[in-house]
Amino acid sequence: MSLLEEDTGRKQIAQRRRMDFILHILFVICTSIGVLALMALMVDIIMDGIMRFAPDLFTNYPSRRASQAGMKSAIVGSLYMLLIMAPLSFILGVGAAIFLEEYAKKNRLTRLIQLNISTLAGVPSIVYGILGLTLFVRGLALERSLLSGALTMTLLVLPIIIVSAQEAIRAVPKARRDASFALGATKWQTVSRSVMPSALPGVLTGVILALSRAIGETAPLVMIGGLTYVAFLPESILDSFTVMPIQIYNWISRPNEAFHELAAAGIIVLLIMLLLMNFAAILLRNKYQKNV
Amino acid sequence: MRSETIQPSKEMGKLVFKNKKNHMLDKIVPILLFLCAALSIVTTIGIVITLISETYQFFQQVPIMDYLFGTKWSPLITPTSFGVLPLLSGTFMITVIACLVAIPLGLASAIYLSEYAPKTVRKIIKPILEVLAGVPTIVYGYFALSLITPLIRTIFPDMGVFNALSAGIVVGIMIIPMVCSLSEDAMSAVPRSLRDGAYALGATRFEVALKIVVPAALSGIVASAVLAFSRAIGETMIVTVAAGATPKLTGNPLESIQTMTAYIVQVSLGDTPHGSIEYGTIFAVGMTLFVITFLLNILAQYVARRFREEY
Repeated sequence: MSLLEEDTGRKQIAQRRRMDFILHILFVICTSIGVLALMALMVDIIMDGIMRFAPDLFTNYPSRRASQAGMKSAIVGSLYMLLIMAPLSFILGVGAAIFLEEYAKKNRLTRLIQLNISTLAGVPSIVYGILGLTLFVRGLALERSLLSGALTMTLLVLPIIIVSAQEAIRAVPKARRDASFALGATKWQTVSRSVMPSALPGVLTGVILALSRAIGETAPLVMIGGLTYVAFLPESILDSFTVMPIQIYNWISRPNEAFHELAAAGIIVLLIMLLLMNFAAILLRNKYQKNV
Repeated sequence: MRSETIQPSKEMGKLVFKNKKNHMLDKIVPILLFLCAALSIVTTIGIVITLISETYQFFQQVPIMDYLFGTKWSPLITPTSFGVLPLLSGTFMITVIACLVAIPLGLASAIYLSEYAPKTVRKIIKPILEVLAGVPTIVYGYFALSLITPLIRTIFPDMGVFNALSAGIVVGIMIIPMVCSLSEDAMSAVPRSLRDGAYALGATRFEVALKIVVPAALSGIVASAVLAFSRAIGETMIVTVAAGATPKLTGNPLESIQTMTAYIVQVSLGDTPHGSIEYGTIFAVGMTLFVITFLLNILAQYVARRFREEY
């Protein structure tokens, strides 16, 4: 190799190394934009809302005067909605997952259901709002009630719960089932006493994460609940309701700046609630990983 | 001993009964579980029937051609006009802006996390992206209105409070985590040996990333981009809060527009009487939205499966 060739070869390598370095920096910058966006969002909301993050927010009902407004009915509404949704979506979602993983034969119907679930997960949430409006609000004449909202949200989160529960059930080793069958247990005994206890932490993690998505979901509930002025706590599941995201949307959509501060304070409450739920899910997940 | 075998004891009677109970459970339970699973099919059928029947009634009153190719959308103000193109163009503009933000940033983050980042950094960044994915959209809406819009207005002072640019950027930020995690999954499925082969030939890290890993994971990356597009089309609250409520055919992202989703929210907030033509517009627009996102989701699944390289 001549000296000249060796020189250009070295130059080329140096250039490629430089390129590698530049791209490395570029990738780091791109990744940090996501992180920075999250920080900007948090700082923006806390700066705007911290002044209104006071007991009044939790004890007062919504009001036309920003200085007196609170979100008591919205917080209670969200909690009630969770209470109705949690058992419904748990039973239906986990039931479907058990069927698909343990009972279903590998035939066309099973494939259709599976494909259908993954398709449903991609349907925009507003379309569920349209379904809920037609089916529950008008069709079953449940009106704009807590129950209509909870049923709609249950349908919305079911695909997410089914998919995560399926993963958790699939992760249970086959030996566990074989051992149970070898002891003479029936199919359902095996599933209910051997497979499910082992899969439960994973299943619960999925359910909690799905519910935390539901609690922040706005669009379908705005369609069903409307921006109604709710200055009372719902006493039955057929009462009209409001939830935190609807109340926040209501405040954001007013031109008055004072309401925007309230919205930010409301968002802080919502985010704290989400944080708690995610924390619970992470705790469960860690426990789960230790067991396996 | 003998007497026990001849005369069935109470214990055995219980056992027989228990077995019967178990037998029954084993017959009933699968049916109940199947009903749970079948609910998903019922949901889909419910969505489709709802949309089709109401949309059909709507098209009895409004010619379908006027709907699909009309350039003016003003269903609530007389003289009414039902051309969906302004809503489609608004949706499209938001989606394009969002994808311009989310796909490059999401893909770059995925490459960084999968090829460059040390384990400790991954452990910090991944949960942060998960949090970003879990933030409710109404929060992003507030973020667009209170921070991004004023920020853009320092550059374009004549821009209105409601505009497509700010909403589009924030929708993009919202879907970064989705693009990132799906692409990263695809990239981490590329076998180690391919990378090692390239490194052994003296390739640098970016050469391995861009010339080996990305092409090998391309089907997954494209699928994630298509899903991102579909997600941006269906996004509702950010655009409702930040993009305005003025349906118009425009190419200017600094103007206020209206998307299909935002229109549905706007109408359902008002007291539109059931059965009126305004009420029907919800379903026609919802049907349009459903068909578009459905086709895109099918396309994403097709791309991911059809072009996957098996190793």
